[in-house]
Amino acid sequence: MFQARSSNRMSDRWILLILVVCGFTPLSGCDEVGSRHEVNTEFADFVGGTGSGGRFEVTISRPAGPPVVRVATPEGEVALACSTCHDVRTPNFSNTTTADLDEFHRDLPFGHGSISCLSCHNSDNYDTLRLANQTTVEYTDVMTLCAQCHGQQARSYEHGVHGGMSGYWDLTRGPRTRNNCVDCHDPHQPAFPRMKPTFKPRDRFLTPPEHDEEAGHD
Amino acid sequence: MTEQSKGKTISLPVLGSVSRRTAMKGVGATLGAGAFAAAISPLRHLADTLTVEELMQQHYQELSADGKKKVIERLEAETKEQYGADVTISDPRPIPGTKFVYAINLSVCNGNGKCVEACHNENNHDRDTNQSYIRVLEMQKGTMDMEQGNTTYDHEVPAADKFYMPVQCQQCDEPPCTDVCPVQATWKEDDGIVVVDYNWCIGCRYCEAACPYHARRFNWKTPNVPAAEVNPDQGYLSNRIRPQGVVEKCHYCLHRTRKGRLPACLEACPTGARVFGNILDPDSEIRWLLENKRVYVLKEEVGTKPSFFYFFDS
Repeated sequence: MFQARSSNRMSDRWILLILVVCGFTPLSGCDEVGSRHEVNTEFADFVGGTGSGGRFEVTISRPAGPPVVRVATPEGEVALACSTCHDVRTPNFSNTTTADLDEFHRDLPFGHGSISCLSCHNSDNYDTLRLANQTTVEYTDVMTLCAQCHGQQARSYEHGVHGGMSGYWDLTRGPRTRNNCVDCHDPHQPAFPRMKPTFKPRDRFLTPPEHDEEAGHD
Repeated sequence: MTEQSKGKTISLPVLGSVSRRTAMKGVGATLGAGAFAAAISPLRHLADTLTVEELMQQHYQELSADGKKKVIERLEAETKEQYGADVTISDPRPIPGTKFVYAINLSVCNGNGKCVEACHNENNHDRDTNQSYIRVLEMQKGTMDMEQGNTTYDHEVPAADKFYMPVQCQQCDEPPCTDVCPVQATWKEDDGIVVVDYNWCIGCRYCEAACPYHARRFNWKTPNVPAAEVNPDQGYLSNRIRPQGVVEKCHYCLHRTRKGRLPACLEACPTGARVFGNILDPDSEIRWLLENKRVYVLKEEVGTKPSFFYFFDS
């Protein structure tokens, strides 16, 4: 149903690698001292989803953690953290998109406005993300990062009218599961992917009769 | 014919003394009986499939609890016999203090049609016609006339300069469809859902003609649903397999929603465009939406007062 999920997991893996090669481009106009606590507490409300008063929980799906890169070695497959490579490389601040890179992450399609890799990835710790106000954010809390720019969507999400869900509308009767931003939106190409409709009605009134005689009238 | 009359008459032996009037009565009665037999002859086909219990079944709202139980047992047995599927038919009643309202975000809907498919599978629709309670209309941006919408597009979506508007039963507060039903086989329940008693419907299709949203469907044939694909979680007023010749419609998945679950089309939507909830709950998502988003209803001018809203992100 949500095909976007699996591909997002894959792209998550690549997020860390992107960081390594990207240079750090400071966001102009960002106040480093900013009100970092505000964003975090706001989102704690719906990331936690704790139930009370006999109500079932709303669970928001979250990334398992920082992405990893799986590399085949003679000893078997090894999962590498982003920092494995990025700790020993110096960020190149002049790189802004994957196309600027010399190696790694070059094939990763990137189309997320005019922001650059290090707008979101943390050049001081590539296993984390970073807000515009320099607050470090864990990968599991990626929605806090998205919300700093996409306030309209974040507010709708907070009130349960943005993003897919499943389970119960009535939380006194059962739990609900909600999508995370990155379940549907690839962070590197957040526009929702184009789709091909797969299920169309076969209504006899929709087809000119001369082509429909053979098929019979159902 | 008496002895006396025999002696007096010399007319044709066959007619004897029978008057012309009596003869014409006989002819009329014979023709009448013949015409009646011809008129009811289609019923002979029914005798194979229609049981006495089914023919004599009362209206849903007049059934006793015991009678309802027997009807449901019979329907479950019939489904087993005709479709080879073990199903459970429940009859959930409205939750007190609940009125269901649906909303769709047209800024987000991309017309992929997963809701149409989910409805098809959830509600045991006829596989041959890909029947579904939902139609997604491809609309020209800048227009609002649903009659100009196109349902047959099969290109990649969203297409440039188009928007997509799923249309299903709007569960009107002033439903024209229930007003026109000559046998009261369809009515609006306390939680706002307009339902059909498929065993009371006579298939006249007045309701289909009365609906401004083209939301009602007629079962032209007995639905074909392979046993493995039959959804066994069924409701008497919702997704049990409908007989041929009756009208059906979206019922907000009442066999799910009256047990607290979300409708199948909402869970299937990959874009998250659908919002569902109880408008009587001031803390509900749908309530916040109606108070804070720019919403509109379809064909507001016809005065049907839909419980179904469309909105755009602003």
